[in-house]
Amino acid sequence: MFLHLFVISRSGGLIYNKNLSSSAPRLTVNEWLVLGSTFHGLHSIAAQVAPLASSGIEKLECDNLKLQCFQSRTGVKFVLTAEPGTPDLDNVLHGIYELYADYVLKNPFYEMDMPIRCDLFQQGVERLIERNSRELKKARSDA
Amino acid sequence: MSSSSSRSAATRAGDQAWTKMSKMNAELFNLTYGAMVMQLIRDYEDVQAVNQQLETMGYSIGQKLVDEFLAKSGVGNCANFREVAETLAKVGFKMFLGVVVEVTAWNAEGTAFSLQVYDNPLADFVELPPQYSGLVYSNILCGVIRGALEMIKYQVECRFVKDGLKGDEVNEIRVELRQMVDESFGEEYNEGA
Repeated sequence: MFLHLFVISRSGGLIYNKNLSSSAPRLTVNEWLVLGSTFHGLHSIAAQVAPLASSGIEKLECDNLKLQCFQSRTGVKFVLTAEPGTPDLDNVLHGIYELYADYVLKNPFYEMDMPIRCDLFQQGVERLIERNSRELKKARSDA
Repeated sequence: MSSSSSRSAATRAGDQAWTKMSKMNAELFNLTYGAMVMQLIRDYEDVQAVNQQLETMGYSIGQKLVDEFLAKSGVGNCANFREVAETLAKVGFKMFLGVVVEVTAWNAEGTAFSLQVYDNPLADFVELPPQYSGLVYSNILCGVIRGALEMIKYQVECRFVKDGLKGDEVNEIRVELRQMVDESFGEEYNEGA
């Protein structure tokens, strides 16, 4: 199951975060802000210390967490955490990127690199997560 | 051989992206853009200022439009500036304006090229009156290109060198690469390491 989604701007600030499950850790907004910028830093360090050209942290898998990060070529990072065993999150992350391109960037009142407060984006994310959660449950019960 | 096959791949990607995009009435688009340019001329009363303003507006559009392009065109990473130019012309212009654009006139260093826009959808009904002969009517396109490329780290300068509205046979936009932007750590950080 999906746990949490956050979006980090190209300058490293947290611009969106959303709980996707009741089992996600309950952190304050400030704690998420710190986590977001810390992840941004780790991501750049990972890209810098890699022996070959690297795009930074893409996946982290631990015993009780799976984290996947998609960075657009414009430098915005979409990070999704999920329970271990959840299949690849690439499609969901790309879906969220499309929603961002549609409902955030095309909203004329949205200013670049500022926190995302767009209801249409929020609703789109909710629909996307709901649809994918349903599909996951169905795939699990079929198996 | 390989370059001609990659060209056609870009053209195919452009056609696919174009079919996926939602379409709008071309006349509404033309008339809206025309009304906007005319309003700018009334507000600024100076064609140079209008040219500048159109470029700035395009720049803001490009900065936001590039993510739409990356999210929906499905093109992969570009290895070099030449691929960027091909992708911009064959996929970008096709996807958003539905027109075919050719990349020509590369300089020897591979840092500057021209885009030949045969059919400029912004200017379908436009005849430039003599008192506005300094107006670069479609200058917004230069801004869009500059904004979009800057977001993917190519800082370019962009200008119309031929304009169909001024009697040239084709519209030609010159794009020159100034530098690559690397915002991750900054140069001084790398040197210290």
